[in-house]
Amino acid sequence: MRRIRAIKDKTARHIMLGIAVFAMLFLVVIGISLFFKALPIMQDKNLWTLLSSGEWKPFKGEFGFLPYILSTIYVSLLAIVIALPLSLLTSIYLNTYASRHLRRIFQPFVDVLSGIPSVIYGVWGTLTIVPLIAGTIAPHFVEFSSGYSVLAGGIVLAVMILPLLISILVEVFNSIPKEMVDASLQLGATKWQTVKKVVLRKSFPGIIAAVVLSVSRAFGETIAVLMVCGNIPLIPHSLFDACYPLPALIANNYGEMLSMPSYESALMLAAFLLFIIVVLFNAISRLTLVQIEKRYHL
Amino acid sequence: MDRNMTLKKLEEGLFKILMVVSALIIMGVLIYIVGTIIYKGLPSLNWDMLSKLPGGGFYLGKEGGVANAIVGSLYIVAGSLLISILLSLPVVMYINFYLRKNSLFANITRFSFDILFGVPSIVYGAFGFALMVYLGIRASLLGGIITVAMLIMPIMMRSLDEVTRLLSRDLPDALLSLGATRYEMTRVIIRQLMPGIVTSVLLAIGRGIGDAATVLFTAGYTDNIPHALNQPVATLPLAIFFQLGSPVEEVQNRAYASAIILTVIILILSFSARYFSSRYSKHKI
Repeated sequence: MRRIRAIKDKTARHIMLGIAVFAMLFLVVIGISLFFKALPIMQDKNLWTLLSSGEWKPFKGEFGFLPYILSTIYVSLLAIVIALPLSLLTSIYLNTYASRHLRRIFQPFVDVLSGIPSVIYGVWGTLTIVPLIAGTIAPHFVEFSSGYSVLAGGIVLAVMILPLLISILVEVFNSIPKEMVDASLQLGATKWQTVKKVVLRKSFPGIIAAVVLSVSRAFGETIAVLMVCGNIPLIPHSLFDACYPLPALIANNYGEMLSMPSYESALMLAAFLLFIIVVLFNAISRLTLVQIEKRYHL
Repeated sequence: MDRNMTLKKLEEGLFKILMVVSALIIMGVLIYIVGTIIYKGLPSLNWDMLSKLPGGGFYLGKEGGVANAIVGSLYIVAGSLLISILLSLPVVMYINFYLRKNSLFANITRFSFDILFGVPSIVYGAFGFALMVYLGIRASLLGGIITVAMLIMPIMMRSLDEVTRLLSRDLPDALLSLGATRYEMTRVIIRQLMPGIVTSVLLAIGRGIGDAATVLFTAGYTDNIPHALNQPVATLPLAIFFQLGSPVEEVQNRAYASAIILTVIILILSFSARYFSSRYSKHKI
């Protein structure tokens, strides 16, 4: 009887260890297989040429990723520029000024925002933001804009990364030792001065980590961006130009392009680029956040 | 001195107003989004939408509903949920109860799941599709299940790990000292963790049911409900995405109605997750 129990325990332990190792290696497996899928195009052409050329003519064998890369960067940066002030102010408010009751009212809003699927944001964007830009905002600045633009992508992405930003920022602010804040208040500083001189300064690495994490989330967003950005493979020159981020490129073309090996490989390179950047960004910011947690909670 | 003080008060007041305004903007945006979806979709939402298959093709046919996508999404989520629970629960139990505290292996595992959590769903979609080509699987229910499982596993694992770490160490210690093996111990602990597990499952369902980029290449699309794992399957997010692109107005309205259905599902999941997690924290004292 005891032996059976021991054997059961041992088997379970080995199975669990196996699954854990498999799960850990999964990240590496994804990276390696994307890399090998992207290899043909990288052998065929200079990687730098691929990244820096703006010519995208798959049927002539020209694969310049620059419009896609720039689109991704523009849209994501715009999103963070819009979302960061809003979420900083909100999380400071929640952390320092708001009562517990208010915080409990606010929390579900963040939860639901983070739960809403990308495609719903896309529908909302095409119904409200795109016409708003085409009809009201763009005419003040340019002669014509369809509304499907960098600006539309930036706004929709900004809303999408808000919940992530707020939840990390609130956590970062919470990790500031209460003694520090109390000391500052005790010395006669107002709440806002304390926020400015103590809380924000102390949580600077955390804020950077939150920003990097949210930017990498924005990099990978697909369907919503695809629905509001216009998808024209040219380098956008203004906020009102259409753009074509990397994930949208993959989503629009992958799956049907198996007949052209070089095209497929190019799209896999796009996926590999996204993967590498997002993994790097995530690793950096997660490590920073872990450090912050360690510093204050041990 | 006095003037300095007033300036300080003014600055504080100004920023306080800005803070309240931005909190209100964020709340307003959510209401705006849900409002837009309901306003656009409600006129075309009816019982047929939920119960009928699209008539005459999902792209051009004016008749019928999106039952194919609703059932398809449920199939995909159910399958991927099963896989991800079977994989993530053992991992969480192992790193929390078989290894000592702060073990390097446990921390590396947690870290790699944090990173996997950040990997965009389109990358999972592309990887899943490449894997399916390699294995010789066509776009099908099975392909969709596997890919969505990859997407939701990090979510499951992270939230399960979080609730497990909140569990007091007394119970495991008591069980071990009563002579239970670690395997027997985990079985008791899993029962204790039930509310937390339910919360994680609800979160994972929410993410899995709404994601379009993972199923775009891997699940295919069809007007029918699949009867086998190797048949293509329709999903709600893709039903919205594809039908919105149709030139026929009735089909577009079907997309808006599907958007309401998906939004309502997400709202229900989100609030029940909240309910379960608040019940769980009460137990924790």
